[in-house]
Amino acid sequence: MQLLFEQLLNGLAIGSIYALITLGLALVYGILGILHVAHAGVYAVGAYVGLWLYSLSGTLLLAIPGSMIVCAALGVAIERFVYFPLLKYPPYVPLISSIALFLGLEEVCRIVAGPDLLTFPAHLPFPSFTVGGVFVSSTLTAVYSVTAIVLVFLWFVTTKTEFGLAMRAASQDMEVASSLGVDSQRVVDATFVIGSAIAALAGILVGIYYNQVYPTMGAMPAYKTLALIVVGGMGSAPGAVLASILLGLGETLLIGFANIPMPRDALAFIAMIVVLMWKPTGLLGRK
Amino acid sequence: MDYLVNVAIVISIQAIAACGLNVIVGYAGQISLGHAAFFGIGAYASAMLTTKAGLTFWGALPLVLLIAAILGFLLGLPSLRVKEDFLAITTIGINFIVEAVFLYTPFFGKALGIGGIPRIYVFGQRLNNQMLLGLCLFFLALTLLICWRFTRTWAGLSCFAVRENETAASSMGISPVRAKLSAFVIGTVFAGLAGALYAHYVRFISAGDFGFPVSISMMSMVVLGGMGTLWGPLLGAVILGILPEVFRPLIDYRMFLYSLLLLLMIRFQPGGLLGEHSFVRTAFRGLTGKEKGGVAGV
Repeated sequence: MQLLFEQLLNGLAIGSIYALITLGLALVYGILGILHVAHAGVYAVGAYVGLWLYSLSGTLLLAIPGSMIVCAALGVAIERFVYFPLLKYPPYVPLISSIALFLGLEEVCRIVAGPDLLTFPAHLPFPSFTVGGVFVSSTLTAVYSVTAIVLVFLWFVTTKTEFGLAMRAASQDMEVASSLGVDSQRVVDATFVIGSAIAALAGILVGIYYNQVYPTMGAMPAYKTLALIVVGGMGSAPGAVLASILLGLGETLLIGFANIPMPRDALAFIAMIVVLMWKPTGLLGRK
Repeated sequence: MDYLVNVAIVISIQAIAACGLNVIVGYAGQISLGHAAFFGIGAYASAMLTTKAGLTFWGALPLVLLIAAILGFLLGLPSLRVKEDFLAITTIGINFIVEAVFLYTPFFGKALGIGGIPRIYVFGQRLNNQMLLGLCLFFLALTLLICWRFTRTWAGLSCFAVRENETAASSMGISPVRAKLSAFVIGTVFAGLAGALYAHYVRFISAGDFGFPVSISMMSMVVLGGMGTLWGPLLGAVILGILPEVFRPLIDYRMFLYSLLLLLMIRFQPGGLLGEHSFVRTAFRGLTGKEKGGVAGV
């Protein structure tokens, strides 16, 4: 029983991390209709920049915002120089460009920082406690709290502010929104800023959670998050979060209790194909 | 010399698979990012049939092609239900699942892969590498011939129609179902053929040889050469096969240059080197002075 609780807590943490990465992808898909595979590259860059700033300054208070700013700039650069000019082509063109960009970012990380596994020896100032004999470590509480803060922040921005209204309008129909006075270029920029900054945060959290940063850390998230936004419903942020947390729990339970000769990484894709065949709009999709 | 022959064998095998992908992506317009799965299915089928069932390469080949065709048909079924982005992700998923099946099923040798795959014999003569190259080139020529013939058949023309506008095509009485499935089956059969040749060339295969990055490199070949053109995939396979050898001294930056090339190509020349409006074609037209009157402003 105790083991089950520990598994569930770990699964919830993994799910929260998936959710942080997938959110950016869901936001970008919602607004531009592009599958932003390179988002996982931004996430890896975020972990590296965070680690670099941390080893320079010795404090996360500088490393986290610094990495978020760098990644936000990177995200906007990708959108301006790669995606925007490709919007007029069929969707596979931006998709392939995004995959190429992802591979390139991965290589840049490897060339600059070396192919070895680096450790991220930072301590997160969050409390640890014991509930009913189950120990909840400070990294676990950190992952939960950060995810909760990000979710509340995003919910507030998208539903309670004028900017959020513009964002939702642009994601429904960018042309009509523009004709009604929404500065769509600014909305798209802001979407990439928010999504990429959250990816940087996720990269740093994962680096500390597993105490490792390596060039190919984005490889599995890159494609697994695609499956997650399909399962959640294309472009639906709440759906993406729900699917991420379900997958995190499902994967951990599958590894912990079921003896299935299947790697955990295939689970997301199997779930995705089942969803696509039975309910193509996803768990919380529109229409 | 032997080194050049080895490079040429790999290029011709990849060109066969890329031509198959071109039928699906270029002719029928169905984006597939899981082609390496079918390459792997061909390789594993041929390896199992020759090592476990004791067949020869030629005895196994029809069965391998049949297996590739059936699985191509089954996995082509999702393309009837999902489109574009969704199809791309579905095929990525298929690639990961097929790779996982090879990697985790004891029947397929798990992480150890399958070794001891026999060489190919022709008329009782064991093929050395030069002769194997000849065989690969023969199959490549056959592939190109079939692709060319396909574009002249009713099925090929209906693929083009479905690619341009599915709704319009079906309103003209063309069955998108039949067009897409025929493209999928032909494309995966070529991938299976390439996989079988690959298995008997390297003689040891493991799941990692057929992962998603392989699908990306096949897609790169098609995109670089020009989707939907006959010679594009071949040109792409030759360029992307030779580049790593030329850049051997820069081996550390190889993947980086590879991804940069793909990014620049798709960003500035999405039609590929041999596609319409490409700079190669424009320059060629300028040189020969042909078709000048037809295309204003080129």
